[in-house]
Amino acid sequence: MNTEDTSTEARDNWVDKRFPLTATWKAHVSEYYAPKNFNFWYFFGSLALLVLVLQIVTGIFLVMHYKPDAMRAFESVEYIMREVPWGWLVRYLHSTGASMFFVVIYLHMLRGLFYGSYRSPRELVWLFGMVIFLCLMAEAFFGYLLPWGQMSFWGAQVIVNLFSAIPVIGPDLALWIRGDYVVSDATLNRFFSFHVIAIPLLLAGLVFLHVVALHQVGSNNPDGVEIKKGPKDRSGHPMDGVPFHPYYTVHDLMGVAGFLLIFAAIVFFTPEMGGYFLEYNNFIPADALKTPPHIAPVWYFTPFYSMLRATTSDFTWLLAGAAVLGAIALFVRGHLRGWVRYALPALLLVIAFLLRQVDAKVWGVAIMGGTVVLLAFLPWLDRSPVRSIRYRPGWHKAIYAIFIFTFLMLGFLGTQPPSPAYNLAAQAGTLIYLGFFLLMPVWSRLGTFKPVPERVTFHKH
Amino acid sequence: MLKTLLRVAVLALACASVSVQAEEGGYPVEQAPPLSNDMASLQHGAELFVNHCLNCHSANFMRYNRLGDLGLTDEQIRANLLFTGNKVGDLMTVAMRPEDAKRWFGTAPPDLSVMARAKSVNVGPGGGASGADYLYTYLRAFYRDASRPTGWNNLAYPNVAMPHVLWERQGPRELTTVAVRETTTDGHSGWQRVTTTFDAQGFTTVKTEPLPEHHGPATFETRFKALDPARAAAYDRDMADLTAYLAWMAEPTQAERRRLGVWVLLFLGLFLVVAWRLNAAYWKHVR
Repeated sequence: MNTEDTSTEARDNWVDKRFPLTATWKAHVSEYYAPKNFNFWYFFGSLALLVLVLQIVTGIFLVMHYKPDAMRAFESVEYIMREVPWGWLVRYLHSTGASMFFVVIYLHMLRGLFYGSYRSPRELVWLFGMVIFLCLMAEAFFGYLLPWGQMSFWGAQVIVNLFSAIPVIGPDLALWIRGDYVVSDATLNRFFSFHVIAIPLLLAGLVFLHVVALHQVGSNNPDGVEIKKGPKDRSGHPMDGVPFHPYYTVHDLMGVAGFLLIFAAIVFFTPEMGGYFLEYNNFIPADALKTPPHIAPVWYFTPFYSMLRATTSDFTWLLAGAAVLGAIALFVRGHLRGWVRYALPALLLVIAFLLRQVDAKVWGVAIMGGTVVLLAFLPWLDRSPVRSIRYRPGWHKAIYAIFIFTFLMLGFLGTQPPSPAYNLAAQAGTLIYLGFFLLMPVWSRLGTFKPVPERVTFHKH
Repeated sequence: MLKTLLRVAVLALACASVSVQAEEGGYPVEQAPPLSNDMASLQHGAELFVNHCLNCHSANFMRYNRLGDLGLTDEQIRANLLFTGNKVGDLMTVAMRPEDAKRWFGTAPPDLSVMARAKSVNVGPGGGASGADYLYTYLRAFYRDASRPTGWNNLAYPNVAMPHVLWERQGPRELTTVAVRETTTDGHSGWQRVTTTFDAQGFTTVKTEPLPEHHGPATFETRFKALDPARAAAYDRDMADLTAYLAWMAEPTQAERRRLGVWVLLFLGLFLVVAWRLNAAYWKHVR
């Protein structure tokens, strides 16, 4: 950060003598050089920020009217929908915003996957992003209890019960989270507190860190070329970069307009989004005595949820077998040095053993959590010599396509009631998902890579 | 003795036919007539609702004077729709206590404020249907069934606790169900057609025919016969209005939402064009 700005207007500015306003503006906005070849996929960072602000602003107004009380929560939401001036709009903006947040974040992460944005030196950008993703999941989960409908209640019941699968401390942990033996007023109150104070604060802080880390190393781009290593102009700025402001502010404004068009279409014409953004069963007040026939989490959790459901006792045989094979392959062919050569295969064998010793329910929970956490290891799993998918072998693209299809399929399966055929598909999907990441150190190296250009490819707009 | 045995057999068969239907994914949902913009229908629906439903069912989130959105004045609401000394600004509550209701009906009648939304079905491979369609189907699927405590049963909601409150408006009807299914007797499996008729008093006659040539599929068909067709047709129109009202009440702002949405989208479309041209103007010189 350039804190010693010596231009005359800055020296004379009353604020700048006391606070690095102009310097910060320049460092992060008007003289932050971003690659000029950003494409469609680069809209989603700024859109995520937009949705975060939208959620906070609409949230502030919702909290003015919402009652975090098991007797009155459901009623107060309907009160907002019917009697609070513009309450229905604020609530729909917030509920649509929750789902669209995940749409935007998933696409933002996919962009990182496509162009290797997590690769060195951007590991911390990716890791901060992963923590943001985890916080977002927590935020969404806590928020979903608040309307106090049947899905709120039973969804929370199911998810909190997952914690009770953890060996030894599980049941006490679940009890501690709920603050009661079932999801109740105590749970509602603490979830409200987490939803409106704790997690949003964390999110704001993490987004700040995410952006600071990004600006330290500079943005990646669709070619995966470092613009800082490329030619520079007379003032020392990269020739392949443009100042974020005004070039990307106007560019992102266009993205915002397009996004809001879709967003508004949902809010005004199909706020329930066919029962996926607002679940129909959630229009029935929570009833601890009536279990709905089909409980599924909201769509953005379903890919991970269906991997949990896929982990049956039979399936752990397959996973254990895969772990043993992995251990052998790693020992024989893995290029590991020193103690790791023995430790890693041994660890896999222990996992294979435990897969059959510990209850499948525990492994289901481990798979669900693990498949989320696995994403954080991408910077170290990807060994391809090039960053961007553009210069990878054609069959790598096919692997990405299969992965995307699998993720969507798992998402779909998670919304459906279980059936033998669907379960088989979910198990296949789980193997593909795990294989994609765990075998990445192998497959990402293979094939004929295309030469990476010196400069970014840029077509004049 | 023989009579008792027969009755048990009939009951068992009646139950079996219901379960067959459940296996096949239930009674087909019919589409409710689109009346959401028809003020006369909505007002008539409101009248039916207040007169017939709002004694056991509450609409706790709905105020009487919200009916103003349907073109009714406070005076009209006071004169035609308020019976209990309520004020027009009051919520549509009922005096029946849930505990009593549970004792009398086995379950407390649910609040109907947002029922039309709650009964919608997710878009997906299973189809997807609006709650209005479900309610329209449900309200017209009652049949007399002497085996039920209330004397009524419902094809869309088997063994429903609610009796057919509006039966006088619909007039007597007979129901015939025809189930083709596989049965196993003494280890031999074979197909049979079971025709069950519920007469206007709810008494059942069952006819079972073996189908030696048949090898599936299992089917289940239902046929209602209105003994007073004119009354039944008027009832259908009433239920269309009532359903439209329930769908409106579930989200009274929906018409306003769509109306406003058109303007918002028009504005955002314009904004997109401006942003697009602005972006192009700035990027013109980047090479």
